[in-house]
Amino acid sequence: MTRDFPYRELGTLSDPEQHLSALAISGRDTERLLRQLRDMLLIRRVEEKIGDMVTAGMIVCPCHLGIGQEAVAVGVSEHLRATDRVFGAHRSHSHYLALGGGVYPLLAEVLGKLDGCSKGMGGSMHLHDPAHGLLGTVPIVAGTVSLAVGAALAARKDGGDSLAVAYFGDGAAEEGVVHEAMNLAAAWRLPVLFVCENNLFSSHLHISLRQPSDRVARFAEAHRMSAMTIDGNDLLAVSDATASLVAGIRRGEGPAFLEALTYRWRGHVGPREDLDVGVNRGSDLALWKRRDPIRRLADALREAESLQEETWQAMDRAVLEEVETAWRRADAAPYPDESALLDWVYAGGAAK
Amino acid sequence: MTRMNYGTAIRAAFMHLLDHHPEVFVIGQGLWAKWYVGNSMTDLDKLYGVDRIMDSPVSESACTGAAVGASLCGYRPIVVHPRVDFMLYAMDAMVNQAAKWSHMVGGQAHPAVTIRGIVNRGGEQGAQHSQALHAWFAHVPGLRVVMPATPADARDLLIASVLCDDPVLYIDDRWLYDLEDDLPPVVERPLELEGPELLRDGSDITLVGSSYTTQQCLAAANGLAERGISAAVVDLRVINPLRAEPIIASVRKTGRLLAVDGGWRTCGLAGEVIARVAEAVHPAELRALPRRLTLPDAPAPTSKPLERIYYTLVDDIVTAAADLVKEAAR
Repeated sequence: MTRDFPYRELGTLSDPEQHLSALAISGRDTERLLRQLRDMLLIRRVEEKIGDMVTAGMIVCPCHLGIGQEAVAVGVSEHLRATDRVFGAHRSHSHYLALGGGVYPLLAEVLGKLDGCSKGMGGSMHLHDPAHGLLGTVPIVAGTVSLAVGAALAARKDGGDSLAVAYFGDGAAEEGVVHEAMNLAAAWRLPVLFVCENNLFSSHLHISLRQPSDRVARFAEAHRMSAMTIDGNDLLAVSDATASLVAGIRRGEGPAFLEALTYRWRGHVGPREDLDVGVNRGSDLALWKRRDPIRRLADALREAESLQEETWQAMDRAVLEEVETAWRRADAAPYPDESALLDWVYAGGAAK
Repeated sequence: MTRMNYGTAIRAAFMHLLDHHPEVFVIGQGLWAKWYVGNSMTDLDKLYGVDRIMDSPVSESACTGAAVGASLCGYRPIVVHPRVDFMLYAMDAMVNQAAKWSHMVGGQAHPAVTIRGIVNRGGEQGAQHSQALHAWFAHVPGLRVVMPATPADARDLLIASVLCDDPVLYIDDRWLYDLEDDLPPVVERPLELEGPELLRDGSDITLVGSSYTTQQCLAAANGLAERGISAAVVDLRVINPLRAEPIIASVRKTGRLLAVDGGWRTCGLAGEVIARVAEAVHPAELRALPRRLTLPDAPAPTSKPLERIYYTLVDDIVTAAADLVKEAAR
């Protein structure tokens, strides 16, 4: 179910029959695009594997898949450094992988294994990889947005030009703390990039049933910060917008806001498409699958004769093999010791 | 020795931390005002600059969350909530994020944030300007909860809280601010080593308090002594994680327990104290059933006569303790 908006402000961005063509890549660095194509493909294959393993009963913890949204994290991460501080949310496998997080520690984490990126203590919803800049992801909607603002405050105190990134969704924009956090960041001109992945749904509920407008970036304008709303299924649009916003932040111009319009192919949680639980989006979903961020980049590379069919197939085979190898290893890995239950409550262990 | 009161002792702790630990900064509402936090932070903004003493927007949630975020980046922020009541907007940052963070990431990161919540009640301030909610927070694993009762603890436990790598809720009580004592020089001690202390030994009954109620228990012990009753007083000091051994040891000796708490009765701290004793001390060792004195299970009233009966008085403790001793003698 959807409803007519009082303010329908996204224009063609929310129309799944638009923006279907191959990306315009002329003049772009082909090597980089091929690497990013592979990054997106890896994210997708990892998430498909996770979905399959949930279906198979091998994975039990709640997994929120972002299949269809891969271009956002890959396009944003291109402009980040390991010294930046990134926070995510419940649907953050892509954020972790796009920053360079390993497939094996992710799959081990989802299985609750000691080799997981959070030592098996967090599962899919609590990813931690500070070596690549990911300080944490949590499923409390909007729970890390203020943390990212604090990380930005820390970055400013440090000196230098590091920044913080807060990934969240259109549903989080309905949480009060997001507005407190945006106000604080703007009032204190903190170096933070707010990245709203607007996939039009919060759980089962379409944005038209939750907000008077479909454009979340309006909140950024209210807080007097630079904002851009772009096609989040267009890697180049994400990348260009991020480049511009990040450059301003690093120059000390204060926070900025990127709204990336996208769409998730799976349901809110788990591998199913949610068509079976009364979320009426069947025709839209079919249309949105045509605005596939991976296909659009791959088509462009093919048209430019930068990607041969055999290369594409080989890339996919290599990615699948990487995922399978990591899965087998994660499946065989040990769980944390029982002492972990109390040892990690406080720094210094249970005895303290 | 330096003469200080509880409020200036807190200020001394801030100064020690800001002088010796560059990673410490303070954020919260009213920090540049003269009256938000009594005498406990006077002129710190002028001494240390507004970049380290950050008066903030009216955003308890975002400011506390920001402090948690900064603590994950090498800083030791102190968030000041001039009233515990308003701090409730920061519940998610404290309970879901800070308290769980270490566990959720397998001990690989620790939010070394201190949240200072001030209990500021009485004076007909009513239901939303009076609350003492320490028991809620002490329920949460991963969140240390500290409640100083003396000027020395007000200073030294704040320092220990801030230097602790875990998130700490430090609760001070405006009713204690004028309490004076001679303080030795600061010695930084790990918070992990701090816990309940026997402040006064006795043989007839054990009084257990925290923060303001500890001072009431000490005063009550004097009153009881005049009646020939020897009361021990245990000051809880750190209520999470709660180490009950000093309480248990004292009750084993006295055979009687009166737990006094400035919070409500149901699921409160006094009940937890009694439970810890009940689990450890055989009924045959007790000379009377344990008892508690708490606020009645009602919000704080504003009306004068209602407020008068709302808060526990020293006389109430004396009476209850004397009754327990008498009861057991029957």
